[in-house]
Amino acid sequence: MTNSQLTPGIVPGRLSSESYCENFADHAPPLDAQEARIAADRCFFCHDAPCTEACPTEIDIPLFIRQISTGTPEAAAKTILSRNILGGMCARVCPTETLCEGACVRMESEGNPVQIGALQRFATDTLMARQSHPFTRAAQTGKSVAVVGAGPAGLACAHRLAMKGHTVTIYDAHAKPGGLNEYGIASYKAPGNFAQAEVGWLMQIGGITLVENWMLGREGDGDLEGLLGEYDAVFLGMGLSGVNALRIEGEARDNVTPATEFIAELRQASDLATLPIGRDVVVIGGGMTAVDAAVQSKLLGAENVTIVYRRSRAEMPASDHEQHHALDAGVRIIEHAAPVAVHGNGAVREVEFAYTKNGPDGLEKMEETFRLKADQCFKAIGQSLGATPEAIKLAGGKIAVDGAGRTSVSRVWAGGDCAVGGEDLTVTAVAEGRDAAEDIHLFLMGA
Amino acid sequence: MADLRSEFIGIKSPNPFWLASAPPTDKEYNVRRAFEAGWGGVVWKTLGSEGPPVVNVNGPRYGVIHGADRRVLGINNIELITDRPLEINLQEIKSVKRDYPDRALIVSLMVPCDEDSWKAILARVEETEADGVELNFGCPHGMAERGMGSAVGQVPEYIEMVTRWVKQHSRMPCIVKLTPNITDIRKPAEAAKRGGADAVSLINTINSITSVDLDDFAPEPTIDGKGTHGGYCGPAVKPIALNMVAEIARSSETAGLPISGIGGVTTWRDAAEFMALGAGNVQVCTAAMTYGFKVVQEMISGLSDYMDRKGFASTADLVGRAVPNVTDWQYLNLNYVTKAVIDQDDCIKCGRCYAACEDTSHQAIAMSEDRTFTVKDEECVACNLCIDVCPVDCISMRELAQGETDPRTGRKVGPYANWTTHPNNPSVQAAE
Ligand SMILES: Cc1cc2nc3c(=O)[nH]c(=O)nc-3n(C[C@H](O)[C@H](O)[C@H](O)COP(=O)(O)OP(=O)(O)OC[C@H]3O[C@@H](n4cnc5c(N)ncnc54)[C@H](O)[C@@H]3O)c2cc1C
Ligand SMILES: Cc1cc2nc3c(=O)[nH]c(=O)nc-3n(C[C@H](O)[C@H](O)[C@H](O)COP(=O)(O)O)c2cc1C
Ligand code: SF4
Repeated sequence: MTNSQLTPGIVPGRLSSESYCENFADHAPPLDAQEARIAADRCFFCHDAPCTEACPTEIDIPLFIRQISTGTPEAAAKTILSRNILGGMCARVCPTETLCEGACVRMESEGNPVQIGALQRFATDTLMARQSHPFTRAAQTGKSVAVVGAGPAGLACAHRLAMKGHTVTIYDAHAKPGGLNEYGIASYKAPGNFAQAEVGWLMQIGGITLVENWMLGREGDGDLEGLLGEYDAVFLGMGLSGVNALRIEGEARDNVTPATEFIAELRQASDLATLPIGRDVVVIGGGMTAVDAAVQSKLLGAENVTIVYRRSRAEMPASDHEQHHALDAGVRIIEHAAPVAVHGNGAVREVEFAYTKNGPDGLEKMEETFRLKADQCFKAIGQSLGATPEAIKLAGGKIAVDGAGRTSVSRVWAGGDCAVGGEDLTVTAVAEGRDAAEDIHLFLMGA
Repeated sequence: MADLRSEFIGIKSPNPFWLASAPPTDKEYNVRRAFEAGWGGVVWKTLGSEGPPVVNVNGPRYGVIHGADRRVLGINNIELITDRPLEINLQEIKSVKRDYPDRALIVSLMVPCDEDSWKAILARVEETEADGVELNFGCPHGMAERGMGSAVGQVPEYIEMVTRWVKQHSRMPCIVKLTPNITDIRKPAEAAKRGGADAVSLINTINSITSVDLDDFAPEPTIDGKGTHGGYCGPAVKPIALNMVAEIARSSETAGLPISGIGGVTTWRDAAEFMALGAGNVQVCTAAMTYGFKVVQEMISGLSDYMDRKGFASTADLVGRAVPNVTDWQYLNLNYVTKAVIDQDDCIKCGRCYAACEDTSHQAIAMSEDRTFTVKDEECVACNLCIDVCPVDCISMRELAQGETDPRTGRKVGPYANWTTHPNNPSVQAAE
């Protein structure tokens, strides 16, 4: 090994091969059967349970946990998957501390919730290990639907439609399905190629065709009008493919890149030891993407990794739990500082920040500035909607939809990150995709 | 440290914790280690007559009921009496008693129902210098089919007869161990007393099937595809045992007859409860089989702390203290009115009290939009179910004072009055 954490610049192989394996292994290893039984026993089987209400897909949590405790994890999995077909991924990536587990009444009694996420994983893993699919398709309806985007929203929508007997074609711009499950989620949350395994398992329902490397609006692929001509309905689950710019001097210098690009590259790397990473890494932003980029930089062997957020830590979109995850990994978090310039000669050398304070007109940059050494700077100040068909009305930078996911264009629905409403989370995307499918079904069968 | 020394029918032991006749007391090796661990006494594993010993099954002999985290709540067994030769057992008993003169050593016996058999075995036991004998009239499986164990224990006349033989042919104190597999436990206890028993001990194990293998369709433990009923013991049987002990303690026929309490004793508290209901000491089997001999240390420290707290000078101060408060239903005060009260600060809003009361009790708990749970006094019958199911123990009962109006009935709470004088009681009306 020639490189180390102290090697200047952006280089690969800073760590031993064992360190890579260790760093990117399952960060929350699965429960074994005995651990699951003990964890399940802590559930009080609450009446009208607060956890269920806190789950965007409204999984009947007390019921599935009871099914685990009686030794029927596959029945538990079916309870989960009937509401959330990506229950396996959600069990791994949901910020449960702000969702179901945050609402667990055990938080009130002892500050230590039932391990709902881990139990959900236990149940869904058990069922998926059998490689069989628990749902069957209804009789074919003869109706067809195009789904744009094979992320959580598109997949959930497609599965529900296929189950109802419709024929579905999913189009996705990427070479692999899964959306951010495949290209965005931190590696150690879903190791072992879980995203692809889950899509394969989901497709077992039948009636779904996947078309990869097909981008809506791109010359030679197709457009919304074309889809509406060919299909009875269209669902848009395109996520947010744009990245917000910093709009500061020097932003175009080399090695200033979107955090999502770095993460996608990392997720697709076949050998992490070949992935170059800076010795000094600066991440700008305060959400899940910033945390994931920073933590994974550290795990790749960067010496100094700093997250800089313009407001207070309490205001960070990343939960307290995630912030601690970053701090535990050795990431430094600087609050109340906004970027003003990227310095360097060709490539970034330093990023300059101004301290901020809350003024009468919102956040103000102050006179005082400081500079952070940086070989690499990742931008994580939010994603934005990519090119959208013109006819579709937007609201606040996202596709406008009604409660059932209907857009301004007849026969077109949308859900997930690209549509207004809900938090940008995997589980929310699943809920919206599923609910849009239900509405599409009503529309197709009633029409 | 309170004085835990115990004297039970003249047999002294440093504490009231004895090991019951069972695998823990099956041989010298175990009993020596039990004494070293601190047990006050042991009842040696039941001996049979001279001759070839009984044989046990060679497959599993226990079934189990687990709670959370595989906590053992109950065990059932299809083991028989000792399967080791009589001669060896007797030698071992003698050797242990010589080395531990301060501990109680009782020998449990089960021989065929004829006078000669009993006479013969008693002579052999006396030679060991053991402190007494316990007559096993309780074993519900294997031995009963041979006319011993619970086959004797279920017929009061036999109990009386055998006990009388034992008292006639031996100077040793005699404890009669009762089977719970009977409708009225007072009858065998009365028989034992008539026969001259110095004490009764109870309970032996309860006839049971713990579980069924749902693939092989056989009761568990399963021996080559078949199973049989076994004897149930452990924490699960404690409530049944407590009631039987209390029935004997408060019956005028058997009042004053010493009782050795057995059945699910696992902690000092269980032991204290048996003693409060009239047991002079307790015997333990399953707790030792589950956790090893060391559990006695918690029983010793716990009972001692409790007695210090209560200012009890000796265990005799505790024995029987709760007996006068065990009564029949008809004497319970019907003018004792309480209402459930939920402590809002401690409530974690799980809603279990609501589900229980709403679905299965008296619809006396209201649930608000924001999950605040409150008791409707005008509906609450004070059944206690909400308190029982509350996972954090935040519900209590408030006693209504005399003269206060019960919002449910609209009546003022009166002085003590029970069913025997209640206007709804047909026999009261008949008497008028
Ligand atoms: C780095 C990162 C980490 C995250 N971590 C978590 C986490 O731990 N937990 C959590 O709950 N959420 C997390 N999220 C958020 C979560 O990933 C998203 O909310 C979720 O994936 C949204 O699902 P979606 O289906 O709406 O969009 P996406 O997952 O973005 O999927 C959109 C799909 O549409 C395709 N597409 C886009 N445009 C077109 C087009 N024009 N034509 C055809 N196809 C197109 C894309 O290729 C993609 O496959 C994270 C997000 C990021 C960026
Ligand atoms: C495996 C086993 C074997 C037993 N053998 C005997 C026995 O030989 N003689 C006897 O009087 N009781 C026997 N018993 C009953 C116990 O002495 C005791 O009465 C019963 O287990 C209840 O007490 P516990 O709940 O503390 O276990 C046996 C119990 C078990 C579990
Ligand atoms: S004591 Fe019984 S009736 Fe009263 S509130 Fe509780 S459960 Fe309902």
